[in-house]
Amino acid sequence: MSKYAFFLGCNIPARVSQYETAARMVLNRLGVELVDNRQFNCCGYPLRNSDRKAYLLSAVRNLALAEEQNLDMLVLCQCCFGSLKKAAQLMTENGKMQDEVRSLLDSENLKYQGNVKIKHLLTVLYNDVGIDAIQKQLNVTFKDFNVAVQYGCHGLRPSPVTQFDDPLNPSIFDELVTVTGAQSVDWPLKLDCCGAPALGIDDNLSNSLAVKKILDGKKAGAQCLCTVCPYCHLQFDTVQAMMLEQENLTESLPAILYPQLLGLGMGIDAELLGLDQNQLEIENIRSFLCEE
Amino acid sequence: MWFKLLLNTSLIIFSFGLLYKIFFWFRSNPVFKTPDSTLFIRLSAGFTGILTTVFSVKFFILLKIFIADVIFQVRTLKEDGWRWLMHILIYWGFMLLVMMHALDKMVTQRFFSEYYPTLNPYLFLRDFFGAMVIVGLGMAVYRRFIRKPARLKSNRMDYYAIIIVALIIISGIFLEGLKISSYSEFQSMEEEYAALDDKNEIRALESLWVRDYGLISATLTGPFTNAVINQGRELNEENCLSCHASNKWAFTGYSIAGLLKPAALWLDRAGAVDIFNFLHILLVFLGLAYLPFSKMFHIISTPFSLLTNAVMGPGKSNSNNVMTRQMMELDACTHCGTCNLYCSAMMVYEARGNPCILPSEKMSILKSMVNGKSLNQAQRGAILEGVYLCTNCDRCTVVCPAGINLKQLWLNVREELLQQGDSQPVMFSPLSLARSLNRQELSLETYQKPLTATGRALAGDFKVLTEPSKIFSLPIKATSDQDVGLLGNNFTACFGCQTCTSSCPVVKNYENPEAELDLLPHQIMYCLASGLTEMALGSRMLWTCLTCYQCQENCPQQVEVTDIFYELKNQAIQKLTDTNVDHKLKKYAN
Repeated sequence: MSKYAFFLGCNIPARVSQYETAARMVLNRLGVELVDNRQFNCCGYPLRNSDRKAYLLSAVRNLALAEEQNLDMLVLCQCCFGSLKKAAQLMTENGKMQDEVRSLLDSENLKYQGNVKIKHLLTVLYNDVGIDAIQKQLNVTFKDFNVAVQYGCHGLRPSPVTQFDDPLNPSIFDELVTVTGAQSVDWPLKLDCCGAPALGIDDNLSNSLAVKKILDGKKAGAQCLCTVCPYCHLQFDTVQAMMLEQENLTESLPAILYPQLLGLGMGIDAELLGLDQNQLEIENIRSFLCEE
Repeated sequence: MWFKLLLNTSLIIFSFGLLYKIFFWFRSNPVFKTPDSTLFIRLSAGFTGILTTVFSVKFFILLKIFIADVIFQVRTLKEDGWRWLMHILIYWGFMLLVMMHALDKMVTQRFFSEYYPTLNPYLFLRDFFGAMVIVGLGMAVYRRFIRKPARLKSNRMDYYAIIIVALIIISGIFLEGLKISSYSEFQSMEEEYAALDDKNEIRALESLWVRDYGLISATLTGPFTNAVINQGRELNEENCLSCHASNKWAFTGYSIAGLLKPAALWLDRAGAVDIFNFLHILLVFLGLAYLPFSKMFHIISTPFSLLTNAVMGPGKSNSNNVMTRQMMELDACTHCGTCNLYCSAMMVYEARGNPCILPSEKMSILKSMVNGKSLNQAQRGAILEGVYLCTNCDRCTVVCPAGINLKQLWLNVREELLQQGDSQPVMFSPLSLARSLNRQELSLETYQKPLTATGRALAGDFKVLTEPSKIFSLPIKATSDQDVGLLGNNFTACFGCQTCTSSCPVVKNYENPEAELDLLPHQIMYCLASGLTEMALGSRMLWTCLTCYQCQENCPQQVEVTDIFYELKNQAIQKLTDTNVDHKLKKYAN
C-alpha cells in the first residue's frame, strides 16, 4: 500500500476544502494511505516575491518534516508543488543561503538531507497508482461529456525543475480524464496561466486572463473546466462567480476538481465529494453518467 | 479595622478598573480610528445581542462551552496535555482557594454548616489547593523560562501574573507555618479555648504540640515521656480536637514550620505572624485592585471570548457587536503562544526577524496601540508588514485556547492599517488573494488605494530614469559580477531574441504593453546586462508577472527569466523595508 505525507498547504483548508474531501475519498478507494502532519507550514510560494530566505526556509522545513517521517510528499496544489520542487533543487546547490537555512532548521531540531520526493496528485495517480488500477475502481462512465483540463503552470514549468510531464504537449491529465469516459478537449489556451497570481495586485489583468480562457474553453466545446490546483479552482469557480455577478462575463464555464470528477466515476455520492461547495454548478452533471 | 479599609479600597479600585475596561470594549474599536457608532448604540446592540442569545436555544451552546472550555479547558487539553495540567493546577487550585478559604464565610460556611478553618477536610484542602498552585506555577516557570518552546515570547504582563500568584500563595504558606510554630499563638489559643489552671496540664498539652504539631516552645524542647504525652493527648481531645485537627494535615505550612525551627522563636518575638498576616492580605488586595489592568483580567475576558465566539456565527452578527467582541478579544489573549506554533508563516518570522509576523505579538502590539501607544515610522512599517505576511490559512483561529476569532480580527485590522499606511510592498504577491476574494466589500477606490501607493513606492526613480530627455552613459563593467542572489549571473546568456516577450501572456493582454508595463521582459534583461538594475526594479512588468514560467521554459538560451524576476522583486522590497526590525520593536513589545 503506497503511503505519502499529505501536504495541503494554506488555501485548501481555508478556501477550497472540497478539494481535500474529494481527494481523500478517491485516494482511499485506490488504496493510497495519507499521513497527516500538523507541523507543516506554508510551502513558501506566496513569499517568493518578497523574501527569498523566508521562502526557502518555509519550503525546506516541510521537506525536513516529511523526511523525518520517511515519506514522500503528496501535494494537491500546483503552486505548492512548484515551490517545494524548486526549494529541493536549490538545496542540492551550495551557497550562503542554503547554509543559513540549514542552521535555522537546526535550531528547530530538523535536518534535511534531500531524500524526499515531491509528487502531485496527478503524478501519483498516473505513475504510482496507474490507469489500470483506476479503471478497476470505476463503475459508472461519462458519456458525451467534454472537459477542458487545466494543468496549472507551476506543475508544467519550469520543466527541468518540476519534471512533471512534457511541458509543450502534456498528456497525463488528459489520460486521467479519458479513463472516466469524458473527453479531454483540445483548446488553444490550454497551457496558459489562469491569472490567479495577479489577484489582489492587478484584478483587471487577472480577470482578463480568466475570461480569455473561459471563452476559449467554451469555443472548443467544453462543458466544464477541470482543475488540480486551489488557485486555478478559486479563479475559475469563486472569481468566475464574482465576475458573472458583476457582469464582467455573460456566459459561464463551471469548474470541477479532478478528484470530484473521478469520484463521480467511482459512483461516490456528489455530496461526499463536496460538489455543493463549488460556487458554480455543472448543470445535470449526473445525466452524463451511465452504468458501464 | 485596617483589613476593612484595605478590602474596601481594593474593591473600589477593582470595580472602577472593571467598569473602565468594559466601557472601553463598548467605546473603542481594534484599529483605534474614530468610531462611527456612539457608545449608546454599541451598548444597546450589545445588550440586545446578549438578551436574545441567552433567552434562546443558544443558551445550551453557552452552557456546553462554559463547562467544556471554561471549566475544563478542553481546547487546551486537545493541544497539549502538559500545558493543560499546568494551567488547571493553577486555575482550579486558586479558584478553590478563593471560594473555600478567602470567601469561607460567604461560601463554605453557607453550604457546610460544620465548617471551621482548622478542621478537616478544610485544613487539608487549603494546603492541597495551595500546593496545586505551587506545582502549576513551577511548571509555568519551567515552561516559559527553561524549556522555552519555540516562538514563545514573554513580556511584563506574563512576569507579573506568575509573580503575584506565587507571592500570594507563598506568603499564605509562610503565614501558616509561622502560626504553627508560634509560641505566642499557642499561648493565646490555650488561654482562649482550654483555659487550663494547672501548670502541669498546660505543660503536658504544650509537650504534645511541640512533639507532634510543629510548635516551637520557648521552654520545652523534649524528649518527652510517654506519660506526659498521654496526658497531653487527653487534654487535646477534651479542649482542642473538636475545632483543631492535627497540624500535620496542613502539610505545606507544617513543612515550613519545620524549616523555620531555628529561627522560630526569634520570628515569633518579632511579631512575624502579624507581619505575614498583613503581608498576605495586602498582596491579595493588591492583586485584586490591579486585576483589571493586568494579565489576570483574562479570568473575565477569556470566558467571555469563548462564549461569544461560540454563538456569533460568520457574517450574521451585528457589526457593532463584532467590534465590541474584538475589543474584548484583545484582552482575552493570554499570550500563551499556541498560535505561533501552528502559524503557516512562522518561518517567515525566523527568516526576517520581524516579531509582528507572529500572531501572539500582533495581539500584544494591537493591545498597546488601542491603549494609545504611538508608533514611529519603522514600527508602523513593521506592524503593517507583520499583518500582511499572513497566508490567511486560519490555523491560529482553530488552535487558540481562548477561542479568539483571529481570522476576522486580522481581516479587519489589516484593511484598516492598509488604508492608514503609506504602502505595503508585500501586497504585490499572492498573499493578496484573500483580499481580492473579498473585494466586493470595499469601494473600488478604497480597494485600489493601497495598491496604487505601493506601486508608486516600488517604481522608485523609474520615471526619472526613463525621462526621454535624460541621457547617461551605461555603467558597463568588463565582467558582469552583479549579485543576482541564488541564481548567479544567468542573464548574461541572453542574446536578445525576444522569445520571452512574445510568449508572455501579460504582454499579450494589452494593446500597448510598453505603456502599461514600463518595460517588457526582454528589455528588463537588457537593463540587467547594461547594469541598469535600478531601472529594472521600478518597472511594473515585474509585479504583474504571473510567474507562469512561459518565458523561462521557451528561452533558447535557458536564461531563468522568471527566477531572475523573483530576485529583482526581492531586491526591490529589500530596498524599501528593513529586514531586521527586531531590535527596533523589542523595546516596544514590552
